[in-house]
Amino acid sequence: MNKYFTDGLDGLKAGTPVIMGYFPIAIAFGIMAKTQGISLTHTFMFSAVVFAGASQFMALNLMSIGTSFTGIVTATFLMNLRHFLMSSAINQRLHDIKKRWLPILGFMVTDENFAVVCTHNRKLTISYFLSLQLSCYLAWVMGSIFGYQFGDIFPDIIKKSMNIALYAMFVALLIPKAKKSNQAIILALMAGALNTLLGLLQIANTSVNLILSVIISTSIGVLIFKKTKGIDHE
Amino acid sequence: MNNNIILLIFTMMVVTYLPRVIPFFVMNKKKTPEHVKQFLNYIPFAILGALIIPDGINAIEGNYLVSSVSLLIAGLLAWKRGGIILPIVVAIIVAVLMQSTDLFV
Repeated sequence: MNKYFTDGLDGLKAGTPVIMGYFPIAIAFGIMAKTQGISLTHTFMFSAVVFAGASQFMALNLMSIGTSFTGIVTATFLMNLRHFLMSSAINQRLHDIKKRWLPILGFMVTDENFAVVCTHNRKLTISYFLSLQLSCYLAWVMGSIFGYQFGDIFPDIIKKSMNIALYAMFVALLIPKAKKSNQAIILALMAGALNTLLGLLQIANTSVNLILSVIISTSIGVLIFKKTKGIDHE
Repeated sequence: MNNNIILLIFTMMVVTYLPRVIPFFVMNKKKTPEHVKQFLNYIPFAILGALIIPDGINAIEGNYLVSSVSLLIAGLLAWKRGGIILPIVVAIIVAVLMQSTDLFV
């Protein structure tokens, strides 16, 4: 069988858990966007153009409380900055992939498909990588549209409950790392506590509070934690 | 508002895309200083923490109990079993169940 085809199929197979995970979250995003009065086109654009789940939700949240343009953009930047490290790690393993694919591959790097790439033991070929990423991407975009258009099927109680999906995702992302590292859980708790404190003291608006609490707690972490091998980004 | 959103989306794209793609073009011969790496490594955990607390507790409009319980159960599942899908789906189900009875409202 054609090598491109088998590799492509492998990528698709490897991406299946990610695709299954993306659907409910993307649907939740579509629903949430519609609830906030975002148009279908814009919802589509969020998912297709930004393609960064957690930060999309965060942006919706920040928009709903009237955060400034700069606030939302800064929060998005900080939230997604970690992809820099993931791309760097992936880059080490790219040997024969032609340069022209890099802008496209780079666009679709996410936590989840990075995790899949990490566990792929053979050489990273373009067919594998592209099919993995494209399938995740399509699942995300289609899920968002589906959630937007058909989210109304779901009764109110379910729609309200979908709000928890995002935070459950955060928890599900954080806990496995927290299991492996005390530093992770301490950082998370520190930042959470700081964020709550700043909110109670009404120091600034929510997005600034978030950025502040993240930067402060991370800096404290760098100062007080002994460098271990580094908290692995899955 | 229309143009603002489009501008926002594209600006978000730029700040998201650049960190994702630059590493592929900077050959990485230059090593990042250790403490910068450490800082960048730590950020996601801090962000996750700051996102979950306190907003997660308020996720279900003012119903702290339902939100917290759903998240706790999601956390337990993630601890015991890992995975992303199940904790999320279960959290939603728990939230729905808790809200359907009048006990927790």
